[in-house]
Amino acid sequence: MTNVKSLWLHAAVILLLFALNFLLPEYHRGIFSRVMVLAVFAMGYNLAFGYTGLLSLGHAMFFAAGLYGAGLTIYHLGWSVWPALGAGLLAGTLLALVVGFLALRTTGVAFMIVTLMFAQVFYLTTLYFTTYTRGEEGLVLPQAMRSLALPGASFSLTDPATRYMAALALLTIVLGLVLILVRSPYGRALIAIRENEERMRMLGYDVFANKLASVVISGLICAAAGAAYAVLFGYVGSGFASIQYSILPLLWVLLGGAATTLGPLIGTLFMFYIIDTASDYTTAYLLVVGLALILLILYFPKGIAGTVRERWLPWLP
Amino acid sequence: MAAVTPLLSTRGLSRSFGGLKAVREVDFALPEGQIRAIIGPNGAGKTTFVSLVCGRILPSSGTVVFDGRDVSRLPAHKRVRAGIAYTFQITSIFSNLTVFDNVALAAQRHLLDDRQARPTARALEEEGMAALEKTGLADFAEKRAGNLAYGHQRLLEVAMGLALKPRLLILDEPTQGLSDGEIDSFVALVREIGREATVLLIEHNMDVVMALAERITVMDQGRILAEGTPEEIRADKAVQQAYLGG
Ligand SMILES: Nc1ncnc2c1ncn2[C@@H]1O[C@H](COP(=O)(O)OP(=O)(O)OP(=O)(O)O)[C@@H](O)[C@H]1O
Ligand SMILES: [Mg+2]
Repeated sequence: MTNVKSLWLHAAVILLLFALNFLLPEYHRGIFSRVMVLAVFAMGYNLAFGYTGLLSLGHAMFFAAGLYGAGLTIYHLGWSVWPALGAGLLAGTLLALVVGFLALRTTGVAFMIVTLMFAQVFYLTTLYFTTYTRGEEGLVLPQAMRSLALPGASFSLTDPATRYMAALALLTIVLGLVLILVRSPYGRALIAIRENEERMRMLGYDVFANKLASVVISGLICAAAGAAYAVLFGYVGSGFASIQYSILPLLWVLLGGAATTLGPLIGTLFMFYIIDTASDYTTAYLLVVGLALILLILYFPKGIAGTVRERWLPWLP
Repeated sequence: MAAVTPLLSTRGLSRSFGGLKAVREVDFALPEGQIRAIIGPNGAGKTTFVSLVCGRILPSSGTVVFDGRDVSRLPAHKRVRAGIAYTFQITSIFSNLTVFDNVALAAQRHLLDDRQARPTARALEEEGMAALEKTGLADFAEKRAGNLAYGHQRLLEVAMGLALKPRLLILDEPTQGLSDGEIDSFVALVREIGREATVLLIEHNMDVVMALAERITVMDQGRILAEGTPEEIRADKAVQQAYLGG
Protein backbone atom coordinates (compact mmCIF):
# COMPACT_ATOMS: atom_id res chain seq x y z
CA MET A 1 0.00 0.00 0.00
CA THR A 2 2.62 2.51 1.02
CA ASN A 3 4.73 1.17 -1.83
CA VAL A 4 1.99 2.06 -4.28
CA LYS A 5 1.65 5.55 -2.86
CA SER A 6 5.34 6.22 -3.11
CA LEU A 7 5.51 4.89 -6.66
CA TRP A 8 2.68 7.24 -7.68
CA LEU A 9 4.38 10.17 -6.03
CA HIS A 10 7.66 9.55 -7.84
CA ALA A 11 5.90 9.02 -11.15
CA ALA A 12 3.99 12.26 -10.62
CA VAL A 13 7.22 14.18 -9.98
CA ILE A 14 8.76 12.84 -13.18
CA LEU A 15 5.60 13.64 -15.15
CA LEU A 16 5.53 17.15 -13.75
CA LEU A 17 9.14 17.69 -14.78
CA PHE A 18 8.29 16.34 -18.22
CA ALA A 19 5.42 18.80 -18.56
CA LEU A 20 7.61 21.68 -17.39
CA ASN A 21 9.75 21.26 -20.48
CA PHE A 22 6.84 22.70 -22.45
CA LEU A 23 5.68 25.21 -19.86
CA LEU A 24 8.82 26.84 -18.53
CA PRO A 25 10.25 29.97 -20.10
CA GLU A 26 13.64 29.42 -21.71
CA TYR A 27 15.65 30.87 -18.86
CA HIS A 28 14.05 28.69 -16.23
CA ARG A 29 14.16 25.62 -18.42
CA GLY A 30 17.92 26.13 -18.55
CA ILE A 31 18.10 26.30 -14.76
CA PHE A 32 15.99 23.17 -14.43
CA SER A 33 18.23 21.21 -16.80
CA ARG A 34 21.24 22.10 -14.72
CA VAL A 35 19.42 21.41 -11.45
CA MET A 36 18.34 17.95 -12.57
CA VAL A 37 21.90 16.94 -13.39
CA LEU A 38 23.24 18.36 -10.13
CA ALA A 39 20.36 16.74 -8.25
CA VAL A 40 21.65 13.40 -9.52
CA PHE A 41 25.00 14.35 -8.00
CA ALA A 42 23.17 15.10 -4.74
CA MET A 43 21.31 11.77 -4.90
CA GLY A 44 24.60 9.94 -5.22
CA TYR A 45 25.94 11.86 -2.26
CA ASN A 46 22.78 11.15 -0.29
CA LEU A 47 23.24 7.41 -0.65
CA ALA A 48 26.56 7.58 1.20
CA PHE A 49 25.76 10.45 3.57
CA GLY A 50 22.02 10.21 4.16
CA TYR A 51 21.38 6.50 4.04
CA THR A 52 24.72 5.04 5.13
CA GLY A 53 25.78 7.84 7.47
CA LEU A 54 29.14 8.41 5.79
CA LEU A 55 29.92 12.11 5.98
CA SER A 56 32.28 12.53 3.05
CA LEU A 57 33.86 15.88 2.30
CA GLY A 58 35.33 14.71 -0.96
CA HIS A 59 32.53 13.80 -3.30
CA ALA A 60 33.58 16.49 -5.78
CA MET A 61 36.25 14.04 -6.93
CA PHE A 62 33.65 11.51 -8.08
CA PHE A 63 31.65 14.13 -9.92
CA ALA A 64 34.85 15.50 -11.45
CA ALA A 65 36.09 12.02 -12.36
CA GLY A 66 32.94 11.58 -14.43
CA LEU A 67 33.29 15.07 -15.83
CA TYR A 68 36.91 14.60 -16.88
CA GLY A 69 36.46 10.97 -17.91
CA ALA A 70 33.88 12.08 -20.44
CA GLY A 71 35.31 15.52 -21.25
CA LEU A 72 38.95 14.58 -21.85
CA THR A 73 38.13 11.60 -24.04
CA ILE A 74 35.89 13.78 -26.19
CA TYR A 75 38.25 16.73 -26.34
CA HIS A 76 41.58 14.93 -26.81
CA LEU A 77 40.65 11.55 -28.23
CA GLY A 78 37.65 12.57 -30.27
CA TRP A 79 35.41 9.93 -28.69
CA SER A 80 31.70 10.15 -29.33
CA VAL A 81 29.23 10.77 -26.52
CA TRP A 82 28.29 7.21 -25.50
CA PRO A 83 31.81 5.80 -25.06
CA ALA A 84 32.83 9.07 -23.40
CA LEU A 85 30.00 8.72 -20.89
CA GLY A 86 31.19 5.16 -20.31
CA ALA A 87 34.71 6.42 -19.64
CA GLY A 88 33.34 8.91 -17.12
CA LEU A 89 31.34 6.25 -15.28
CA LEU A 90 34.28 3.90 -15.19
CA ALA A 91 36.66 6.59 -13.92
CA GLY A 92 34.31 7.57 -11.09
CA THR A 93 33.52 4.01 -10.10
CA LEU A 94 37.15 2.91 -9.97
CA LEU A 95 38.11 6.01 -8.03
CA ALA A 96 35.29 5.34 -5.55
CA LEU A 97 36.46 1.76 -5.14
CA VAL A 98 40.03 2.79 -4.32
CA VAL A 99 39.14 5.79 -2.16
CA GLY A 100 36.41 3.83 -0.37
CA PHE A 101 38.71 0.93 0.30
CA LEU A 102 41.27 3.21 1.96
CA ALA A 103 39.03 5.84 3.57
CA LEU A 104 36.58 3.36 5.12
CA ARG A 105 39.28 2.18 7.45
CA THR A 106 38.50 5.36 9.33
CA THR A 107 35.25 6.70 10.75
CA GLY A 108 33.80 10.01 11.87
CA VAL A 109 36.05 13.04 11.71
CA ALA A 110 38.98 11.02 10.35
CA PHE A 111 36.78 9.86 7.47
CA MET A 112 35.84 13.46 6.70
CA ILE A 113 39.48 14.48 6.65
CA VAL A 114 40.67 11.52 4.59
CA THR A 115 38.00 12.03 1.92
CA LEU A 116 38.78 15.75 1.91
CA MET A 117 42.48 15.02 1.36
CA PHE A 118 41.80 12.59 -1.48
CA ALA A 119 39.57 15.14 -3.18
CA GLN A 120 42.25 17.79 -2.72
CA VAL A 121 44.81 15.51 -4.35
CA PHE A 122 42.41 14.98 -7.23
CA TYR A 123 41.86 18.73 -7.57
CA LEU A 124 45.59 19.47 -7.55
CA THR A 125 46.10 16.74 -10.14
CA THR A 126 43.70 18.44 -12.50
CA LEU A 127 45.73 21.63 -12.04
CA TYR A 128 49.06 19.84 -12.42
CA PHE A 129 48.07 18.54 -15.84
CA THR A 130 47.08 22.00 -17.00
CA THR A 131 48.42 21.21 -20.47
CA TYR A 132 45.56 18.79 -20.91
CA THR A 133 42.88 20.21 -18.63
CA ARG A 134 43.56 23.95 -18.89
CA GLY A 135 42.99 24.04 -15.12
CA GLU A 136 40.50 26.56 -13.79
CA GLU A 137 39.93 28.05 -17.19
CA GLY A 138 38.81 24.65 -18.41
CA LEU A 139 37.94 23.13 -21.74
CA VAL A 140 34.96 23.92 -23.88
CA LEU A 141 33.84 20.87 -25.81
CA PRO A 142 33.22 21.52 -29.51
CA GLN A 143 29.50 21.72 -30.22
CA ALA A 144 29.79 19.34 -33.14
CA MET A 145 31.02 16.56 -30.85
CA ARG A 146 28.13 16.83 -28.43
CA SER A 147 25.60 14.82 -30.33
CA LEU A 148 23.91 11.79 -28.89
CA ALA A 149 23.39 8.84 -31.21
CA LEU A 150 20.24 6.84 -30.57
CA PRO A 151 18.88 4.07 -32.80
CA GLY A 152 17.51 5.79 -35.90
CA ALA A 153 18.43 9.34 -35.01
CA SER A 154 21.06 11.62 -33.64
CA PHE A 155 20.35 14.50 -31.26
CA SER A 156 22.40 17.56 -30.61
CA LEU A 157 22.79 18.07 -26.88
CA THR A 158 23.26 21.76 -27.45
CA ASP A 159 19.54 22.10 -28.16
CA PRO A 160 17.81 23.25 -24.94
CA ALA A 161 14.82 20.90 -25.26
CA THR A 162 17.00 17.86 -25.99
CA ARG A 163 19.26 18.81 -23.16
CA TYR A 164 16.31 19.09 -20.78
CA MET A 165 14.98 15.69 -21.82
CA ALA A 166 18.39 14.06 -21.54
CA ALA A 167 18.79 15.46 -18.02
CA LEU A 168 15.30 14.26 -17.13
CA ALA A 169 16.07 10.79 -18.49
CA LEU A 170 19.17 10.57 -16.29
CA LEU A 171 17.24 11.84 -13.28
CA THR A 172 14.48 9.28 -13.87
CA ILE A 173 16.90 6.38 -14.13
CA VAL A 174 18.82 7.37 -11.02
CA LEU A 175 15.71 8.17 -9.00
CA GLY A 176 14.30 4.75 -9.92
CA LEU A 177 17.56 3.07 -9.03
CA VAL A 178 17.77 4.81 -5.65
CA LEU A 179 14.14 4.03 -4.89
CA ILE A 180 14.63 0.32 -5.58
CA LEU A 181 17.91 0.29 -3.72
CA VAL A 182 16.77 1.89 -0.49
CA ARG A 183 13.72 -0.37 -0.23
CA SER A 184 15.74 -3.52 -0.89
CA PRO A 185 17.27 -5.68 1.85
CA TYR A 186 20.58 -4.05 0.99
CA GLY A 187 19.17 -0.55 1.51
CA ARG A 188 17.68 -1.53 4.85
CA ALA A 189 21.09 -2.83 5.87
CA LEU A 190 22.72 0.49 4.97
CA ILE A 191 20.24 2.45 7.07
CA ALA A 192 20.79 0.07 9.96
CA ILE A 193 24.56 0.47 9.66
CA ARG A 194 24.06 4.21 9.95
CA GLU A 195 21.95 3.66 13.07
CA ASN A 196 24.11 1.13 14.91
CA GLU A 197 27.16 -0.32 13.27
CA GLU A 198 28.22 -2.57 16.13
CA ARG A 199 24.78 -4.15 16.36
CA MET A 200 24.82 -4.83 12.61
CA ARG A 201 28.17 -6.56 12.89
CA MET A 202 26.74 -8.76 15.63
CA LEU A 203 23.76 -9.55 13.42
CA GLY A 204 26.19 -11.09 10.94
CA TYR A 205 26.50 -8.25 8.41
CA ASP A 206 29.85 -7.45 6.85
CA VAL A 207 29.82 -3.75 7.67
CA PHE A 208 32.93 -2.85 5.70
CA ALA A 209 31.76 -4.58 2.52
CA ASN A 210 28.33 -2.97 2.76
CA LYS A 211 29.81 0.49 3.27
CA LEU A 212 32.25 -0.01 0.43
CA ALA A 213 29.44 -1.02 -1.91
CA SER A 214 27.55 2.09 -0.82
CA VAL A 215 30.53 4.35 -1.60
CA VAL A 216 31.04 2.69 -4.97
CA ILE A 217 27.39 3.05 -6.02
CA SER A 218 27.42 6.60 -4.68
CA GLY A 219 30.59 7.33 -6.69
CA LEU A 220 29.03 5.78 -9.77
CA ILE A 221 25.95 7.98 -9.53
CA CYS A 222 28.00 11.14 -8.91
CA ALA A 223 30.23 10.25 -11.86
CA ALA A 224 27.15 9.79 -14.02
CA ALA A 225 26.10 13.30 -13.08
CA GLY A 226 29.58 14.62 -13.86
CA ALA A 227 29.80 12.86 -17.22
CA ALA A 228 26.34 14.07 -18.16
CA TYR A 229 27.27 17.59 -17.13
CA ALA A 230 30.27 17.52 -19.48
CA VAL A 231 28.32 16.45 -22.54
CA LEU A 232 25.20 18.50 -21.81
CA PHE A 233 26.83 21.79 -20.92
CA GLY A 234 30.07 21.33 -22.81
CA TYR A 235 32.35 22.71 -20.16
CA VAL A 236 34.98 20.85 -18.13
CA GLY A 237 37.00 22.75 -15.52
CA SER A 238 38.94 22.24 -12.30
CA GLY A 239 36.41 24.27 -10.35
CA PHE A 240 34.15 21.23 -10.27
CA ALA A 241 36.85 19.28 -8.41
CA SER A 242 37.32 21.96 -5.77
CA ILE A 243 36.19 21.76 -2.15
CA GLN A 244 33.17 23.91 -2.98
CA TYR A 245 31.70 21.06 -5.02
CA SER A 246 32.18 18.67 -2.13
CA ILE A 247 30.30 20.98 0.22
CA LEU A 248 27.46 21.83 -2.15
CA PRO A 249 25.92 18.33 -2.36
CA LEU A 250 26.04 18.19 1.43
CA LEU A 251 24.07 21.45 1.62
CA TRP A 252 21.60 20.38 -1.06
CA VAL A 253 20.95 17.12 0.74
CA LEU A 254 20.63 18.73 4.17
CA LEU A 255 18.28 21.32 2.75
CA GLY A 256 16.09 18.83 0.91
CA GLY A 257 16.20 16.10 3.52
CA ALA A 258 18.92 13.51 4.13
CA ALA A 259 17.92 9.90 3.55
CA THR A 260 14.87 10.80 1.47
CA THR A 261 14.63 9.90 -2.21
CA LEU A 262 13.24 13.26 -3.35
CA GLY A 263 15.11 15.47 -0.89
CA PRO A 264 18.22 15.95 -3.04
CA LEU A 265 16.14 17.20 -5.97
CA ILE A 266 14.12 19.54 -3.77
CA GLY A 267 17.23 20.82 -2.01
CA THR A 268 19.17 21.47 -5.21
CA LEU A 269 16.24 23.26 -6.81
CA PHE A 270 15.63 25.33 -3.71
CA MET A 271 19.23 26.40 -3.36
CA PHE A 272 19.46 27.39 -7.02
CA TYR A 273 16.45 29.61 -6.74
CA ILE A 274 17.49 31.15 -3.44
CA ILE A 275 20.78 32.13 -5.03
CA ASP A 276 19.15 33.19 -8.26
CA THR A 277 16.57 35.36 -6.54
CA ALA A 278 18.96 36.83 -4.01
CA SER A 279 21.60 37.73 -6.58
CA ASP A 280 18.97 39.75 -8.45
CA TYR A 281 18.62 42.08 -5.49
CA THR A 282 22.01 42.24 -3.82
CA THR A 283 25.63 41.44 -4.43
CA ALA A 284 25.80 40.07 -0.90
CA TYR A 285 23.65 37.15 -1.96
CA LEU A 286 25.73 34.66 0.00
CA LEU A 287 24.51 36.39 3.14
CA VAL A 288 20.92 35.79 2.07
CA VAL A 289 21.73 32.17 1.28
CA GLY A 290 23.27 31.75 4.71
CA LEU A 291 20.21 33.28 6.36
CA ALA A 292 17.86 31.09 4.37
CA LEU A 293 19.82 28.03 5.40
CA ILE A 294 19.71 28.99 9.05
CA LEU A 295 15.95 29.55 8.89
CA LEU A 296 15.47 26.21 7.20
CA ILE A 297 17.53 24.37 9.76
CA LEU A 298 15.48 26.04 12.50
CA TYR A 299 12.08 25.25 11.02
CA PHE A 300 12.90 22.17 8.95
CA PRO A 301 15.65 20.51 10.98
CA LYS A 302 15.44 17.35 8.92
CA GLY A 303 15.37 19.14 5.60
CA ILE A 304 12.24 19.81 3.60
CA ALA A 305 11.31 16.26 2.58
CA GLY A 306 12.64 14.85 5.86
CA THR A 307 10.40 17.14 7.91
CA VAL A 308 7.39 16.44 5.69
CA ARG A 309 8.00 12.73 6.29
CA GLU A 310 8.30 13.19 10.01
CA ARG A 311 5.18 15.32 10.42
CA TRP A 312 2.78 14.25 7.71
CA LEU A 313 3.83 11.45 5.40
CA PRO A 314 5.59 8.69 7.31
CA TRP A 315 5.56 6.42 4.25
CA LEU A 316 7.88 8.70 2.27
CA PRO A 317 10.93 6.66 1.27
CA MET B 1 33.45 -44.90 23.88
CA ALA B 2 33.18 -42.11 21.35
CA ALA B 3 33.66 -38.73 22.92
CA VAL B 4 31.01 -36.30 21.68
CA THR B 5 32.72 -33.20 20.31
CA PRO B 6 31.30 -30.17 22.04
CA LEU B 7 29.57 -27.46 20.03
CA LEU B 8 31.86 -24.85 21.54
CA SER B 9 35.25 -25.21 23.16
CA THR B 10 38.07 -22.86 24.05
CA ARG B 11 41.71 -23.60 24.87
CA GLY B 12 43.99 -21.30 26.79
CA LEU B 13 41.79 -18.36 25.90
CA SER B 14 43.21 -15.11 27.32
CA ARG B 15 42.69 -11.41 26.94
CA SER B 16 44.40 -8.55 28.71
CA PHE B 17 43.54 -4.88 28.69
CA GLY B 18 46.82 -3.11 29.30
CA GLY B 19 48.13 -4.78 32.43
CA LEU B 20 44.77 -6.18 33.47
CA LYS B 21 44.22 -9.85 32.67
CA ALA B 22 40.47 -9.89 32.14
CA VAL B 23 40.37 -13.50 30.94
CA ARG B 24 43.23 -15.90 31.63
CA GLU B 25 43.90 -19.31 30.16
CA VAL B 26 40.30 -20.43 30.01
CA ASP B 27 39.60 -24.02 28.86
CA PHE B 28 35.92 -24.38 28.36
CA ALA B 29 33.61 -26.87 26.64
CA LEU B 30 29.91 -26.70 25.97
CA PRO B 31 28.03 -29.70 24.54
CA GLU B 32 25.30 -29.14 21.96
CA GLY B 33 21.81 -28.69 23.38
CA GLN B 34 22.83 -27.64 26.88
CA ILE B 35 21.70 -24.60 28.80
CA ARG B 36 24.78 -23.37 30.58
CA ALA B 37 25.00 -20.51 33.01
CA ILE B 38 28.11 -18.46 33.69
CA ILE B 39 28.10 -16.72 37.03
CA GLY B 40 30.68 -14.73 38.93
CA PRO B 41 31.19 -11.42 40.70
CA ASN B 42 31.32 -8.09 38.84
CA GLY B 43 34.47 -7.78 36.80
CA ALA B 44 35.09 -11.54 36.80
CA GLY B 45 35.54 -11.49 33.04
CA LYS B 46 32.25 -13.05 31.95
CA THR B 47 31.39 -10.49 29.28
CA THR B 48 34.97 -10.45 28.04
CA PHE B 49 34.96 -14.24 27.80
CA VAL B 50 31.80 -14.47 25.70
CA SER B 51 32.95 -11.51 23.61
CA LEU B 52 36.02 -13.56 22.72
CA VAL B 53 33.74 -16.43 21.78
CA CYS B 54 31.55 -14.35 19.46
CA GLY B 55 34.44 -12.37 18.04
CA ARG B 56 33.44 -8.95 19.30
CA ILE B 57 36.93 -8.64 20.70
CA LEU B 58 40.07 -10.54 19.71
CA PRO B 59 42.02 -12.75 22.11
CA SER B 60 45.56 -12.05 23.28
CA SER B 61 46.11 -15.79 22.96
CA GLY B 62 44.23 -19.07 22.81
CA THR B 63 41.72 -20.64 20.45
CA VAL B 64 37.96 -20.87 20.02
CA VAL B 65 36.54 -23.94 18.28
CA PHE B 66 32.91 -23.86 17.16
CA ASP B 67 31.25 -26.86 15.60
CA GLY B 68 34.59 -28.56 15.01
CA ARG B 69 36.10 -25.53 13.27
CA ASP B 70 38.72 -23.14 14.60
CA VAL B 71 37.03 -19.74 14.47
CA SER B 72 39.66 -17.83 16.45
CA ARG B 73 40.66 -15.62 13.50
CA LEU B 74 37.20 -15.29 12.01
CA PRO B 75 35.69 -11.78 12.12
CA ALA B 76 32.58 -11.41 14.25
CA HIS B 77 30.08 -11.24 11.39
CA LYS B 78 31.28 -14.57 10.04
CA ARG B 79 30.94 -16.20 13.43
CA VAL B 80 27.39 -14.93 13.65
CA ARG B 81 26.68 -16.50 10.29
CA ALA B 82 28.26 -19.72 11.50
CA GLY B 83 25.57 -19.73 14.19
CA ILE B 84 26.78 -17.77 17.22
CA ALA B 85 24.38 -15.03 18.32
CA TYR B 86 25.19 -12.55 21.09
CA THR B 87 22.82 -10.29 22.96
CA PHE B 88 24.57 -7.32 24.49
CA GLN B 89 24.82 -6.69 28.22
CA ILE B 90 24.53 -2.98 27.50
CA THR B 91 21.40 -2.73 25.38
CA SER B 92 22.29 -2.21 21.74
CA ILE B 93 19.27 -1.85 19.49
CA PHE B 94 18.29 0.35 16.55
CA SER B 95 16.54 3.01 18.62
CA ASN B 96 15.26 5.01 15.66
CA LEU B 97 13.76 2.05 13.84
CA THR B 98 10.54 0.29 14.72
CA VAL B 99 10.56 -2.79 16.93
CA PHE B 100 9.57 -4.87 13.92
CA ASP B 101 12.40 -3.47 11.76
CA ASN B 102 14.85 -4.39 14.50
CA VAL B 103 13.96 -8.07 14.35
CA ALA B 104 13.43 -7.97 10.57
CA LEU B 105 17.10 -7.06 10.15
CA ALA B 106 18.06 -10.18 12.06
CA ALA B 107 15.56 -12.33 10.15
CA GLN B 108 16.80 -10.86 6.88
CA ARG B 109 20.34 -11.96 7.66
CA HIS B 110 19.22 -15.48 8.36
CA LEU B 111 17.01 -15.56 5.25
CA LEU B 112 19.84 -14.26 3.04
CA ASP B 113 22.12 -17.02 4.28
CA ASP B 114 19.56 -19.80 4.03
CA ARG B 115 19.77 -21.24 0.52
CA GLN B 116 16.16 -22.35 0.56
CA ALA B 117 14.77 -18.99 1.59
CA ARG B 118 14.64 -15.40 0.35
CA PRO B 119 14.08 -12.21 2.32
CA THR B 120 10.68 -11.42 0.83
CA ALA B 121 8.40 -9.02 2.68
CA ARG B 122 6.23 -11.98 3.61
CA ALA B 123 9.04 -14.15 4.97
CA LEU B 124 10.38 -11.20 6.97
CA GLU B 125 6.94 -10.53 8.40
CA GLU B 126 6.49 -14.18 9.39
CA GLU B 127 9.87 -14.68 11.00
CA GLY B 128 10.03 -11.24 12.55
CA MET B 129 6.60 -11.51 14.12
CA ALA B 130 7.33 -15.04 15.33
CA ALA B 131 10.34 -13.74 17.25
CA LEU B 132 8.31 -10.86 18.67
CA GLU B 133 5.48 -13.14 19.72
CA LYS B 134 7.84 -15.48 21.55
CA THR B 135 9.26 -12.57 23.52
CA GLY B 136 5.85 -10.99 24.11
CA LEU B 137 6.64 -7.88 22.10
CA ALA B 138 4.18 -8.42 19.24
CA ASP B 139 1.92 -5.60 20.45
CA PHE B 140 4.76 -3.11 20.16
CA ALA B 141 5.82 -4.06 16.62
CA GLU B 142 5.15 -0.62 15.15
CA LYS B 143 6.54 1.33 18.06
CA ARG B 144 9.89 3.09 17.84
CA ALA B 145 12.36 0.80 19.59
CA GLY B 146 13.92 3.65 21.54
CA ASN B 147 10.52 4.37 23.14
CA LEU B 148 10.19 0.91 24.66
CA ALA B 149 10.50 0.47 28.40
CA TYR B 150 13.98 -0.63 29.43
CA GLY B 151 12.93 -4.19 30.21
CA HIS B 152 11.28 -4.48 26.83
CA GLN B 153 14.42 -3.25 25.13
CA ARG B 154 16.24 -6.11 26.82
CA LEU B 155 13.66 -8.51 25.45
CA LEU B 156 14.05 -6.99 21.99
CA GLU B 157 17.74 -7.92 22.18
CA VAL B 158 16.69 -11.48 22.83
CA ALA B 159 14.14 -11.36 20.00
CA MET B 160 16.86 -10.26 17.57
CA GLY B 161 19.02 -13.13 18.74
CA LEU B 162 16.13 -15.54 18.19
CA ALA B 163 15.36 -14.21 14.70
CA LEU B 164 18.91 -15.13 13.70
CA LYS B 165 18.00 -18.77 14.36
CA PRO B 166 21.38 -19.40 15.97
CA ARG B 167 22.88 -22.70 17.06
CA LEU B 168 24.43 -21.03 20.08
CA LEU B 169 22.63 -18.15 21.76
CA ILE B 170 24.69 -16.12 24.21
CA LEU B 171 22.60 -14.04 26.60
CA ASP B 172 24.51 -11.47 28.64
CA GLU B 173 22.43 -10.58 31.72
CA PRO B 174 19.12 -10.59 29.85
CA THR B 175 16.89 -10.20 32.92
CA GLN B 176 18.42 -6.93 34.08
CA GLY B 177 15.55 -4.50 34.50
CA LEU B 178 12.72 -7.02 34.05
CA SER B 179 9.86 -7.19 36.53
CA ASP B 180 9.20 -10.39 38.49
CA GLY B 181 6.34 -11.37 36.19
CA GLU B 182 8.48 -10.74 33.13
CA ILE B 183 11.27 -12.82 34.61
CA ASP B 184 8.92 -15.78 34.98
CA SER B 185 7.89 -15.68 31.34
CA PHE B 186 11.50 -15.13 30.38
CA VAL B 187 12.52 -18.34 32.14
CA ALA B 188 9.82 -20.20 30.22
CA LEU B 189 11.06 -18.62 26.99
CA VAL B 190 14.68 -19.67 27.51
CA ARG B 191 13.52 -23.20 28.30
CA GLU B 192 11.74 -23.27 24.98
CA ILE B 193 14.74 -21.82 23.14
CA GLY B 194 16.84 -24.49 24.82
CA ARG B 195 14.97 -27.17 22.96
CA GLU B 196 16.34 -25.94 19.63
CA ALA B 197 19.56 -24.15 20.46
CA THR B 198 22.44 -24.31 22.86
CA VAL B 199 22.26 -21.48 25.37
CA LEU B 200 25.06 -19.72 27.20
CA LEU B 201 23.55 -17.51 29.85
CA ILE B 202 25.37 -14.94 31.95
CA GLU B 203 23.13 -14.11 34.86
CA HIS B 204 23.29 -12.54 38.31
CA ASN B 205 19.78 -13.55 39.37
CA MET B 206 20.41 -16.91 41.11
CA ASP B 207 16.74 -17.95 40.95
CA VAL B 208 16.89 -17.72 37.17
CA VAL B 209 20.19 -19.59 37.08
CA MET B 210 18.94 -22.39 39.31
CA ALA B 211 15.71 -22.69 37.35
CA LEU B 212 17.38 -22.91 33.95
CA ALA B 213 20.96 -24.12 34.01
CA GLU B 214 21.83 -27.74 33.49
CA ARG B 215 25.39 -26.88 34.40
CA ILE B 216 26.99 -23.79 35.85
CA THR B 217 30.45 -22.34 35.25
CA VAL B 218 31.74 -19.97 37.90
CA MET B 219 34.28 -17.34 36.92
CA ASP B 220 36.41 -15.22 39.19
CA GLN B 221 39.27 -12.89 38.29
CA GLY B 222 39.39 -14.07 34.71
CA ARG B 223 39.59 -17.77 35.58
CA ILE B 224 37.14 -20.63 35.82
CA LEU B 225 36.76 -21.23 39.52
CA ALA B 226 34.37 -24.17 39.41
CA GLU B 227 32.00 -26.00 37.14
CA GLY B 228 29.20 -28.44 37.89
CA THR B 229 25.51 -29.05 38.30
CA PRO B 230 23.49 -26.46 40.21
CA GLU B 231 23.59 -28.69 43.30
CA GLU B 232 27.35 -29.11 43.14
CA ILE B 233 27.88 -25.40 42.71
CA ARG B 234 25.59 -24.59 45.62
CA ALA B 235 27.62 -26.91 47.83
CA ASP B 236 31.05 -25.71 46.66
CA LYS B 237 32.97 -23.94 49.43
CA ALA B 238 35.23 -21.90 47.16
CA VAL B 239 32.25 -20.65 45.21
CA GLN B 240 30.43 -19.67 48.33
CA GLN B 241 33.41 -17.66 49.43
CA ALA B 242 33.96 -15.91 46.13
CA TYR B 243 30.41 -15.27 45.24
CA LEU B 244 27.37 -16.81 46.79
CA GLY B 245 28.26 -16.31 50.43
CA GLY B 246 29.90 -12.90 49.86
N1 LIG C 1 37.35 -2.63 26.81
C1 LIG C 1 37.93 -2.74 28.02
N2 LIG C 1 39.02 -1.99 28.30
C2 LIG C 1 39.63 -2.08 29.51
N3 LIG C 1 39.21 -2.88 30.48
C3 LIG C 1 38.14 -3.65 30.28
C4 LIG C 1 37.44 -3.62 29.02
N4 LIG C 1 36.40 -4.50 29.09
C5 LIG C 1 36.46 -5.04 30.31
N5 LIG C 1 37.49 -4.56 31.03
C6 LIG C 1 37.88 -4.96 32.38
O1 LIG C 1 38.00 -6.37 32.39
C7 LIG C 1 37.47 -6.91 33.58
C8 LIG C 1 36.40 -7.91 33.23
O2 LIG C 1 35.28 -7.23 32.72
P1 LIG C 1 33.96 -7.96 32.24
O3 LIG C 1 33.07 -6.91 31.66
O4 LIG C 1 34.32 -9.09 31.36
O5 LIG C 1 33.36 -8.50 33.58
P2 LIG C 1 31.96 -9.17 33.88
O6 LIG C 1 32.24 -10.43 34.56
O7 LIG C 1 31.14 -9.20 32.67
O8 LIG C 1 31.34 -8.14 34.92
P3 LIG C 1 29.82 -7.67 35.13
O9 LIG C 1 29.16 -8.71 35.95
O10 LIG C 1 29.94 -6.38 35.87
O11 LIG C 1 29.20 -7.51 33.78
C9 LIG C 1 36.95 -5.74 34.41
O12 LIG C 1 37.94 -5.40 35.35
C10 LIG C 1 36.78 -4.64 33.39
O13 LIG C 1 36.98 -3.38 33.98
MG1 LIG D 1 29.40 -8.41 32.02
